[in-house]
Amino acid sequence: MTAALKVVRAGLFDTLQDLGRVGFMALGMPTAGAMDRVALRLANALLGNPAGTAGLEIGVMGPDLLVEADSVRVALVGPISPALIEGPDTPPKALETDRTHLLKRGQVLRVGMVEGSSTAYLAVAGGFALPSFMGSLSTYARAGVGGFEGRKLAAGDALPLSLEQAPPGDDRKLGAPFDYGSGPVRIVWGPQEEYFTAAGRNIFVGSDYRVSREADRMGIRFEGPTIAHATSVEKGGADIISDGIGPGAIQVPGAGLPIVLLADRQTVGGYPKIATVASVDLPRLGRLLPGQTVRFQPVTVEEAEKLRRDQESRIARAIADFKVARPPGGIDLARLYEENLIDGVVYERSPG
Amino acid sequence: MALHVAIDRAKAVGELPGVVETVPTMRSLMVAYDPLAASRAELQPRIDALIARGLPTGLASRRVTLPCCYDDPEFASDLAEVAKRTKKTVEQVIAAHLASPFKVYVLGFMPGLAYIAGLDQTLYLPRRSQPRVRVPRSSVAIAMDMTTIYPFESPGGWHLIGRTPLWMFDKRREQPVFLAPGDSLSFQRIDRKTFDRIAREVDAGTFDWSTLVKA
Repeated sequence: MTAALKVVRAGLFDTLQDLGRVGFMALGMPTAGAMDRVALRLANALLGNPAGTAGLEIGVMGPDLLVEADSVRVALVGPISPALIEGPDTPPKALETDRTHLLKRGQVLRVGMVEGSSTAYLAVAGGFALPSFMGSLSTYARAGVGGFEGRKLAAGDALPLSLEQAPPGDDRKLGAPFDYGSGPVRIVWGPQEEYFTAAGRNIFVGSDYRVSREADRMGIRFEGPTIAHATSVEKGGADIISDGIGPGAIQVPGAGLPIVLLADRQTVGGYPKIATVASVDLPRLGRLLPGQTVRFQPVTVEEAEKLRRDQESRIARAIADFKVARPPGGIDLARLYEENLIDGVVYERSPG
Repeated sequence: MALHVAIDRAKAVGELPGVVETVPTMRSLMVAYDPLAASRAELQPRIDALIARGLPTGLASRRVTLPCCYDDPEFASDLAEVAKRTKKTVEQVIAAHLASPFKVYVLGFMPGLAYIAGLDQTLYLPRRSQPRVRVPRSSVAIAMDMTTIYPFESPGGWHLIGRTPLWMFDKRREQPVFLAPGDSLSFQRIDRKTFDRIAREVDAGTFDWSTLVKA
């Protein structure tokens, strides 16, 4: 029997994502990938998975997953409140987030609401046994490719697991929640800042912008003061000959409100881009919820590169700072008994 | 526009560490790099040196004809407005679109979406100031000096004047993207009945795409 996690109830926006389908933008293929790549990487690192292993990106409300494997180790990273585990004979028990958990056959993991971020992640030790499309498992639902049948999960789906049982070892947790920063979102001007008046540019970096309800994996439409184009919109001032759209590009159509383009963004587009979000702050954008406000702050390309390198060092430190996760209240005799005695025998018979 | 070819070649032999990919367009070339592997200050002079060295040129060409139904109001939601803004009748707008000598320049925005220049200049209009949240798949649209066909339902800011029964991206096909840069292209008007027949064939995967191409 194939090891799997079976979706007994779907969440709202569960898609498998890795670090993106890189290298095909010239064919018009969007990169897709995790909106918050930091959280996905931490989830994989907690499990000892390669950084680019696909995990489940969860938004608003997560799924209920039935374990159809001897055992599976999962990592939950992000503000999930609460996640519950229940067995055929055991009542629901809350699971901490930002750590790994060992689940057994027949147990149901109920991933609850995601609160305070638009995304949270569930990764599994060893990853999912699904075919990649153009080198990536990232779901791009608009084209129906990647992930599980190219779409968000539905009740009845069985996500095949690469491992029949969880690898041996302790559960692990983050030393502290990752600090994404709370100041302004850093941007680099351009590539088309000259399409806007100086006053328009000042408004853009001097005002609060609120995430509208139109926010998804493709991008976020912001609400706030309008940004004036240098040439009137009637004379085509909000049109450019289309060019490439990098992650975090901020385009401003004729209506004058900024749209930040994210994971599922189109590869090229014809509205002028006033600025581009520095890659260090893309994971923050991938966490924003409707109603939250941000301010944009310009930095130079050199500063943006350094900020990203500094963030990479902080990710490495967070990984070095992982702790062994003990059950609350000290020694859990039942867990000791199960894991050290019973599982130990199993692991000796089939190492790795 | 062959700088991307030069960059891809240099990348293949390890000359441009940190370059991830390029996106060629009619106005510029986007070069994506990994800031953990290279800086812009390192890459810019190397790319400038490639340009100074001289660039390869040349694109192969096919003649492609795509069926388009302009008659159903559901397909052509902006046709009346385009006619009004260009001071034409609806039939004149359709005739001008059919007579335009189109050429595919760039693929982008979404998999299989082609930027097709050559629109009759009496039809030039800027994009809609507020993009639509949902444009149906296979909508045929115009903006500025171009026409395009939406490969998927998606947001979009172009004016919708018709619909083709074809899919511009079909992952079941060996080449999921049908159009290619350099293709010469024209549209052939079809009625709703023909649209439905071709749509059924495309859906079933039995449509013969080679009928659209003349060498």
